[in-house]
Amino acid sequence: MSASADAALVGTLPLRTRRRRMSAASVVTALACVWILLVVLASLVPGLLVRGDIGALHASRVLQHPGVTLLGTDQYGRSVAGLLVFGARGAMIIGVAATFLALVLGGLIGLIAGYYGGVTDMIIGRVLDVLLCFPGVLLALIITVALGPTTGNLILGVGISATPSFARVMRGQVMSVRGRLYVHAARSVGFRPSRLLFRHVMPNAITPVVVLATVSIGTAIVASASLSFLGLGPKHDIPDWGQLLAEGQPYLGTAWWMSTFAGLVITCTVIAVSLLGDWIRDRMDRG
Amino acid sequence: MGFLIIKRVGLGIPTLIGVTLVLFITLRMLPGDPVSVLLAGAPATPQAEATLRQQFGLDQPIGLQYLNFIGHAAGLDLGLSYTTRQPVTTMIGQQILPTLELALAAAFVSAVLGMVLGSLSAIYRNRWPDAVIRVLSLLNTSMPSFWVGLLLIMMFSFTLKIFPATGSSGVQSLVLPAFTLGLSAAGTVTRLVRNSVIEVLGENFVTALHAKGLRPRVIVFKHVLRNAVIPTVTIVGLQLGALIAGAVIVEAVFARQGLGQMLVQAIAGKDYPVVQGVVLVIAVIYIVINIVVDVSYAVIDPRVRTVA
Repeated sequence: MSASADAALVGTLPLRTRRRRMSAASVVTALACVWILLVVLASLVPGLLVRGDIGALHASRVLQHPGVTLLGTDQYGRSVAGLLVFGARGAMIIGVAATFLALVLGGLIGLIAGYYGGVTDMIIGRVLDVLLCFPGVLLALIITVALGPTTGNLILGVGISATPSFARVMRGQVMSVRGRLYVHAARSVGFRPSRLLFRHVMPNAITPVVVLATVSIGTAIVASASLSFLGLGPKHDIPDWGQLLAEGQPYLGTAWWMSTFAGLVITCTVIAVSLLGDWIRDRMDRG
Repeated sequence: MGFLIIKRVGLGIPTLIGVTLVLFITLRMLPGDPVSVLLAGAPATPQAEATLRQQFGLDQPIGLQYLNFIGHAAGLDLGLSYTTRQPVTTMIGQQILPTLELALAAAFVSAVLGMVLGSLSAIYRNRWPDAVIRVLSLLNTSMPSFWVGLLLIMMFSFTLKIFPATGSSGVQSLVLPAFTLGLSAAGTVTRLVRNSVIEVLGENFVTALHAKGLRPRVIVFKHVLRNAVIPTVTIVGLQLGALIAGAVIVEAVFARQGLGQMLVQAIAGKDYPVVQGVVLVIAVIYIVINIVVDVSYAVIDPRVRTVA
């Protein structure tokens, strides 16, 4: 899995900046898509990619070097490659679900604030300002601390902390759409506000929000990995990427491969997702 | 000018009250009971429990607890720690300097890196240095900061043995954490500096300087960069708040003293007042920095004053 990660890195990055050559750009996007498909596959059916019982302990092969086994083994003799495949689900669930939560919540808030304006907009704006006062991972951190470190609460924490940026983008879009002729027309025909908002305003305002969502999956994965790293992640038998990275820390001097490969996989996923976001934006701009 | 300051500070106060409210509510939702945590292990009589509750004000209605908290916080009193029984303000006072030191060092690292790489990228726009720098900054913004920290430890502490992997004594042990944290912001700064230099390069006065026959190097160093410095300062200033929050994670990586370590320990020990205090202090610093940046931007650039 990580061999293709290396290939993806070497192959994709220098090409990405040459936007004008479409063929190069599509190769890059294709590689990013392949990586994302692999990660999705690993999180849905990890058994397809690795055989055997990944969680089983092997006293005889503790901390083996990469090469002896594919990416080495951890302090319990489990294969790092296998753990990374099985850890994908934990990372992806939180990344995708938290982003979805932020998209729905932020989208609705932004829709209402942008469409109604005035006092509604002001009050919502003030509330969002408050949420934005907790820089970085702090808001997600206090929410997870308050509710307890489970997957659901992590999703809630990371999702809520990503909500204000969605609301802002949506609000701006809605404000530029609400004055358009077709919105006035729909209103003068006498449509209910809900129909106006969801059938006429929202579809025309949603594009940048969707692009933001793509990129946010990467941010959410990193945020949840950070919380995991601080010891606030859900405890599974098979560690997710952030946990594996943290578990490798005491062995940095003796077994560099644990943390290194876990971080590499996180980084590749974030890059792939943001490349995909770029591609979607370009497509939507043209269309 | 004075009006702008009053307006910004005035807007900051309701935000601050909102922040304390969010903190208070989330922390009261905690599942564990602090008194039972305090008494863990010790056989407790109901009286002892009641005394503790009274001592920490936990027997009062929740609304009153909040008002108490606000009232005390306004007087810089954030209550007593449940575990050490020291005033939270004192504990924060002891730990805030290493964190500020780390955040400032990191801001310096990201400003220098961002300034150099961003302007190189703009000057060599669409040529290979630009391509390399843009790839690097994409890589940089995609790497979790704790992973960067671990990679730096492996490289400079274990392999090259130049800097210590952990600890918080002296400049030696500041280098790796500062770079780790600084790199986390450097990508953003680089991208914004690149944009602002490109913008300045396109202005009429630059064309005029070229027409005057000035050498490109002089134009870049004496005229363009000077104009691009202002947005850079703003960006780095705005990043400072995020850097202080990011320090929480970096301190955990390097086992460095500071607010981050304090926060992580307080979370583990269910020490509400300390968690509350630390997050509140970081939020206040963040709000203050934003106001200062806004106001100083108006001082530097008169155009902003009329808009605000």
